[in-house]
Formats: sequence, C-alpha cells, structure tokens
Amino acid sequence: MAIIRPAGDFDRTYPQDMALLRQPWHYGLLALALVAAYTMPLWGNAYLVSTAHRIAYTVIAVQGLNLLTGYTGQISLGQAAFMMVGGYISALLVKHAGLSFFLALPLAAVGTGIVGLLFGLPSLRVKGFYLAMATLAAQFIIPWLSRHIFTDYLGGSSGAIEVPVPQIGGFRITEVNHFLYISLTVLLITTVAVYNISRTRLGRALVSIRDNDLAAELLGVNLFTYKLRAFFIAAMLAGVAGALKAHSQRGVGTEFGYSLTDSIFFLGMLVIGGLGTNLGPFLGVAFVLLLEDLADLVGAGLAAQLPPEFAASLLTSFRPIFFGLMLMLFLIYEPRGLAHRWQILKAAWRLRPFSK
Amino acid sequence: MAEPENLLEVQDVSLSFGGNLALNDVSFHVRRGEILAIIGPNGAGKTSMLNCISGFYRPDQGRILLQGRDGPKDLTRIPTHRIAGLGIARTFQNIALYTGLSTLDNLMAARHIHMRQSSLASALYWGRAQREEVHHRRVVEEIIDFLEIQHIRKAVVGALPYGLRKRVELGRALALEPELLLLDEPMAGMNVEEKEDMARFILDVHELRGTTIILIEHDMGLVMDISDRVVVLDFGVKIAEGTPDEIRDHPEVIRAYLGQTA
Repeated sequence: MAIIRPAGDFDRTYPQDMALLRQPWHYGLLALALVAAYTMPLWGNAYLVSTAHRIAYTVIAVQGLNLLTGYTGQISLGQAAFMMVGGYISALLVKHAGLSFFLALPLAAVGTGIVGLLFGLPSLRVKGFYLAMATLAAQFIIPWLSRHIFTDYLGGSSGAIEVPVPQIGGFRITEVNHFLYISLTVLLITTVAVYNISRTRLGRALVSIRDNDLAAELLGVNLFTYKLRAFFIAAMLAGVAGALKAHSQRGVGTEFGYSLTDSIFFLGMLVIGGLGTNLGPFLGVAFVLLLEDLADLVGAGLAAQLPPEFAASLLTSFRPIFFGLMLMLFLIYEPRGLAHRWQILKAAWRLRPFSK
Repeated sequence: MAEPENLLEVQDVSLSFGGNLALNDVSFHVRRGEILAIIGPNGAGKTSMLNCISGFYRPDQGRILLQGRDGPKDLTRIPTHRIAGLGIARTFQNIALYTGLSTLDNLMAARHIHMRQSSLASALYWGRAQREEVHHRRVVEEIIDFLEIQHIRKAVVGALPYGLRKRVELGRALALEPELLLLDEPMAGMNVEEKEDMARFILDVHELRGTTIILIEHDMGLVMDISDRVVVLDFGVKIAEGTPDEIRDHPEVIRAYLGQTA
C-alpha cells in the first residue's frame, strides 16, 4: 500500500522526509496527549489512573516483544519470565544493596538483557516453532529457579518477596498517582528509542532477518550478533517493565503472575495491536487490558444469573475464554492488527470524498 | 602497483549434495571490468557456482580467489556475512527482497555494511547517526533515480509486480557498491520490453561504474549481445569457455543443448 499523504504536505529535504513529526499540528497533538496523560491523576478517578499505569508498563514489555517477534521474526514465549527477572533484580538491588530505585531500574534492564541473551543463544540454530519451544524453557526454568535457589533472597516456596517502595530524597513513592509519572516517563523514553531503532540501521537489519535471513546474511548482516541484539533489547524492556510492576505492586515472585499465560497474553496483545508496527503495542495492550476489565464486568453479571455452582467456574474462566475468542476473531478478520485498521482509516480520511 | 588482471579466479571447485556432484572440478577466471555469462541447461550447476562465490555454499574442494580492494582473499574460507564487505553483491533467481519493507528501506538495508553507527546510536538517533542516515539516503536516491523507480520509493515491495521487484533487487545489489556483481537470471519471466530495460540497466552499471558482472541467463540472444565472454556448464562440468562467437559454434555446446546427432 502506497503511503498517502495529506494534500499540501511536501518535503524539500531528506531530514524533513525522514522526520517522525512532520507538521506543526503533529507537535500540538503530541503535546496535548502528553499533558492529558501526565495530568490524569488530576482529572481521572483511581481506576483510570491505575489502569493507565498498568497499560504503561505492559506496553513497555510488549514493545520489547515487538522488536523481537514483530521486527526480527523470532517468536518468544518467555517475556513474562524476563519481567520477573527485572523485578527481582531491581527489588534486590534496592533492598539489599541500598541503591536508589532510579539507579536500580537501568541496572535491572541490563541484567535482564544478559539473561535474555542466554536464552537467545538457541536462535542461531533453530527457527520458528522450534525456537518458540526453546524460549518456552525460559518460562519454566526461571520461575522454578526463583522458588528453589537462594531461597532467603528470592522468597523460596512462598513465591513472593516484599519489594520496597522507591524514594526520592526522603519522599516515599507509595501512591499509584506518582507511579504513573514514573511509568509514563519511562514509556516515553522506550517509545522514542523503539521508533528510532525501527527507522535506522539496527531496525532495518532486524527486519531483513525476519523477511529473508539468507539474503540478509549475503548482504552483510551478521545473523548471530543481530539476533542476540534483538533478544537483549527485548529482555531489557521486559526487565524495565518488570521493575516498574514489582515496585508498584510492592512484591515480586511467582505469586504475582509472570506465568506462561502472561507471556501468551503479551503475544496475543501484539497480534491484536499489529505485529511489527510501533503503534501496535499501544493499541493491543490498551485494547486487551480494557477488554479484560469489561470481561470481568460481563462475567460477574452473567454469574449473578446462574446457579452458584456454575458461577464460580464461570468467573475464573470467563477472562481467558473472552481473550481467546478475541484473538481468534482478529486472526481471521484482521491478522495485521489494529494498527493496520488505523492506517486504512487514515488513508480513507485523506482520500475523502473519493474513499469508499 | 598494478592491479591483477583477474578479479576472480575459480580454481578446481567441486561441490556435491549427498553424493550428487553439482560441480565437478570447475575452473575459470573473471577479468576485471568484464561481463561474464555462465550458461548451461537446467541443473548444470550455474546457480550452485554463484552460491559458492557468494559464500552461501562451501565447496568440498577448490579455491575461489578474489583480488579485490582488500587484496587477495579465498572466498571459501570467509564467513558468509563478510562476503558483502569484500565488494560482492548478488541478485537471486527467485527474488529475495525484504517483502515487508519499502523500496527505499530495501536499498537502505543494503547500506548496512557502509554504515558505522552502533546499535545504541540507532536508538538515540542523534547527531552523527542522523547525519549518516541522511548521507546514505542521498546515495540510495541516486540509485533510485538511475533505475527509474522513484514512483515506488515508499511502496512496500511485497505488493509490487514482478518486473519492478526484479528491478528493486538490482537496486539493492547496487546499493552495496560492489566491485563484482552476480546476477542470477535477472531477466527470467520478463517480456521483451522489460528484458531490454534490464539489459540497458546492466550495461549502464557496467559502463558508468566499471562493475565486473557475472551473469546467468537463458536468453541466448541477449547473452551473446551483452557479454564479453561466456562459460558453459553441463552436469557440473565446464565444457567450454570463450567469446560469444566461439561459443556459438562450439560442438560441445551444441551437443549439450541439442543432443548428439545420430
């Protein structure tokens, strides 16, 4: 599909053509969106703020998965486990090494990245389905290790440790309102980084591996190091997301989720949002998380109408059924995700009144 | 120091797949600045030969010596991803473009080896990395102009028609700025007009950039017209080598293509 630009939008230089924000009103819109997001605690209720925070850190994790699966074409089923690694690293650094959370966060990113590298090693030899199996190992090994090694530090069989709240100077960040500022700022940074990666040398190398790895190698891309780079960055972003989640939930461990189901949900969100698009993670995560809440409401309403012996089982299974159904519908009717829908919508708007 | 006359020397190359000999002791050389055509019936080992030169296959024996800008190199001992950096680019028989990227990005992706920015710089996209991207964009735009594909600059190549995709693939190979260009059936499946266009592009590349070209092609009229020399393979064996005129009347070649007269 050719890109249709609004009338009167002409570029005179290459930097202009390559810019992300191309028109004055783009800047205006971005500023407006940022103001709306950052002032949310002022105008939104508690549900809205906590959901926005949840969406923000989940988007970061899914952005990582998008780089790995969407751009590089390496399927990974371990993103939730990597989140847990990030949560643990950050928690332990703050708790036992006495570091500030804001120092622990980047360290957690790098630490998780290194763990991600380790599990990315099979990617040189295996592809597709077999690689998915190999990354599945991460999803089993990491939670198992968290329960069975260094039990004093990792919580052992209880599957949870307490995570201290972040502090700035003497100020303890306990409210979700303040966490939102942190997660939004981190999201802003990761989003800029991901956009830049996707339009420069690194991003093109990653996509060339996805689209034709043999040609990529003959054109000078070192498959091994670039696949590992993708695994490193994906795990890094998972680590950041995990640290944000752990500190805001004040706990980390298998009791707080991080299961295979979560990893699959991340993949599902990515597919619904649009694999290999920068908008995809935002749309997919927001769509699925909001839909989940809706599913809980609908499920509760349905359960009230049913005899109690059915109600309990319906309440626990309604969410995954809803998600599975949604994913299936998307795979059939819009396999390229919401981001593609958005592109179509934009093109139609620019072609009006000649669009159908 | 005078440059060696031969850019590439293929010495006694043999390659087999599970006991099936695809190339049997093949030797030939490619002179600097010439267009060499490799012809032969289907299954003769032409593409296998190209795959050996581009590092995609490892021959069982023999050497492939490149006397390129970095001095003599044995291509059979170099990791595949380094071959492009030595100045060798190729196109594929069945187009192997990055279907999810635009024409522009396909060509930019081929600038990979010419770019210096680190992955961190890619993520920051500030200062030098940004200037580098713009510089290479300029180089790529020249190739786009040369191949007359401006109108599909931002189109995703997966959606382009066959003839244009072939042209984009040539563009991607040119974006590497190779010393040696390997073309695997660049005109397969094209109509006469498209073939003429492609032949013109190949000749222009050869003249304007002085690129040495190895070409596999089945259209004999075309091969005879544009190539300086021809190597003929049959069942993995080199049966003839020479100027187009010599090849035309070569008894072995006629036998390979038309069969033995009774």
